[in-house]
Amino acid sequence: MENLKQIAKQVRRNILEMVAAGKSGHPGGSLSAVEILTALYFHEMNIDPKDPRKKDRDRFILSKGHATPVLYGVLAERGFFPREEIKGFRKINSLLQGHPDMKNIPGVDMSSGSLGQGLSVANGMAIAGKLDNIPYYVYVLLGDGEIQEGQVWEAAMTAAHYKLDNVIAFLDYNGLQIDGDVEDVMGVTPIDKKWEAFNWHVQVIDGHNYDEILTAIEKAKNTKGKPSIIIAKTVKGKGVSFMENKAEWHGTAPNEEQLQQALKELE
Amino acid sequence: MTKIATRDAYGKALVQLGRENKDIVVLDADLSKSTKTASFYKEFPERFFNVGIAEADLMGTAAGLATAGKIPFASTFAIFATGRAYDQIRNSIAYPKLNVKIAATHAGLTVGEDGATHQALEDIALMRAIPNMTVIVPADGPETEGAIKAAAEINGPVYIRLGRSAVPVINDENYNFQIGKGVTLKEGNDVTIVATGIMVSQSLAAAEMLEKEGISVEVINIHTIKPIDKELLVKSAEKTGAVVTAEEHNIFGGLGSAVCEVLAQHRPVPVEFVGVEDTFGESGTPDALLQKYRLTPENIVEKVKKVMKRK
Repeated sequence: MENLKQIAKQVRRNILEMVAAGKSGHPGGSLSAVEILTALYFHEMNIDPKDPRKKDRDRFILSKGHATPVLYGVLAERGFFPREEIKGFRKINSLLQGHPDMKNIPGVDMSSGSLGQGLSVANGMAIAGKLDNIPYYVYVLLGDGEIQEGQVWEAAMTAAHYKLDNVIAFLDYNGLQIDGDVEDVMGVTPIDKKWEAFNWHVQVIDGHNYDEILTAIEKAKNTKGKPSIIIAKTVKGKGVSFMENKAEWHGTAPNEEQLQQALKELE
Repeated sequence: MTKIATRDAYGKALVQLGRENKDIVVLDADLSKSTKTASFYKEFPERFFNVGIAEADLMGTAAGLATAGKIPFASTFAIFATGRAYDQIRNSIAYPKLNVKIAATHAGLTVGEDGATHQALEDIALMRAIPNMTVIVPADGPETEGAIKAAAEINGPVYIRLGRSAVPVINDENYNFQIGKGVTLKEGNDVTIVATGIMVSQSLAAAEMLEKEGISVEVINIHTIKPIDKELLVKSAEKTGAVVTAEEHNIFGGLGSAVCEVLAQHRPVPVEFVGVEDTFGESGTPDALLQKYRLTPENIVEKVKKVMKRK
């Protein structure tokens, strides 16, 4: 657990350095998902950085694709590509595209960026796993603003209809989207009851607490016959005092001074 | 002349394909009886997935299946496939170059009575503007069967445009379909008619009428709009010096535009267009619609005479 906390700190540093280097990107919703992704990539998932496409691997889809700094930050730490690549984030002729690109970036299981599409893809992967009798899990991270997209609910129906218990979704419930509070822009509550009504197994946890995250994953894995969603209450901008709970850090890069201040907080 | 709807040929080809390759999976959005994927469902229920009336989810689910090595055929009406799910096709299928085959039926005016909301007249334009996408418009039953088989053999996204109404069979069962290779159905020297889909048989009828007037017509079937057969088009334009394109689609962005992109660069010649002239359709029988929207052999003859005056 201590180890995971150390890794989380480094991933946060990666996120900030990446976004600062690219002078562009989405730190807020990346920082809120750090514990979820580190728990998955460093504890839970059956993956191999030396064989990123192995057939029986667990999959992860970052449906809220703009939070790609957290995915790249984790993949770099996990050894899928050299950490130096983060300096090229969002720059011309570089590996790390502004949103996840499965064609070129090792470890990225699905391209994403246009919101609302990841859960459908997760269902397709999960169906394939069942057809081939390969017992992998498909994890997908949704944003709380993202679930305003209608396709998410189409996919929610499909996952339940086909009893895709190998789909485990996380909802990064940080409460903020670009234009402000999710509840002001377009209310999504009650989130848990919505997913329950769509016949999903639902858990609500603290998305920064590793005990709760890992326990929730175990419970999700033990749930048979229905897909699972783990609604993770998080703080947008988590770990950087001046970014926490501020919608304006959704898609703004820190300047050099802000970067140094943030990195200091993460020593 | 025997008539078969290309969607019927699709249903048949799909079952055959399913028998040969267990990685073929089929998805539909509550239209399986119309798109004819129901025949696949009947034989392979475990490899058929109905997602309900949810086209965006249809394309996304197909994308996910493709990431894991399946060869999904996703079917619905062309208007919903390309309109409703354009973003999913672009971002979740074509950008990552996933091996999804979109077999869209009920394209064009010949949907008939359902009217304008259901008549896709811009789907070729939408699909061919997406990088990595192959776009195929079969002219008849045998060509559809060949196209479905060929689409399954290449790796990458393919859009196959199919129709609701029965159309004349112009190819025999030994027809050898090759993606990207146009077919010269009739050689001639005065003018080239380049047609796709149901307009291929209309063009052959037009050519017959023109021959009677002493005009020597070359008829080319461009079943693959993308990648288009540049070589064949340029060679024919060089020979005849005038081209008429014919398609059951808006004249903006479809076959006519694709042909002109090639000719403008490599062999500029006068071109006239037979197609829907930037308008929506309406309810009516397929034949009445083809008449009203000027997609008949007579309309092709008229455009041939017009283009020949411009030579």
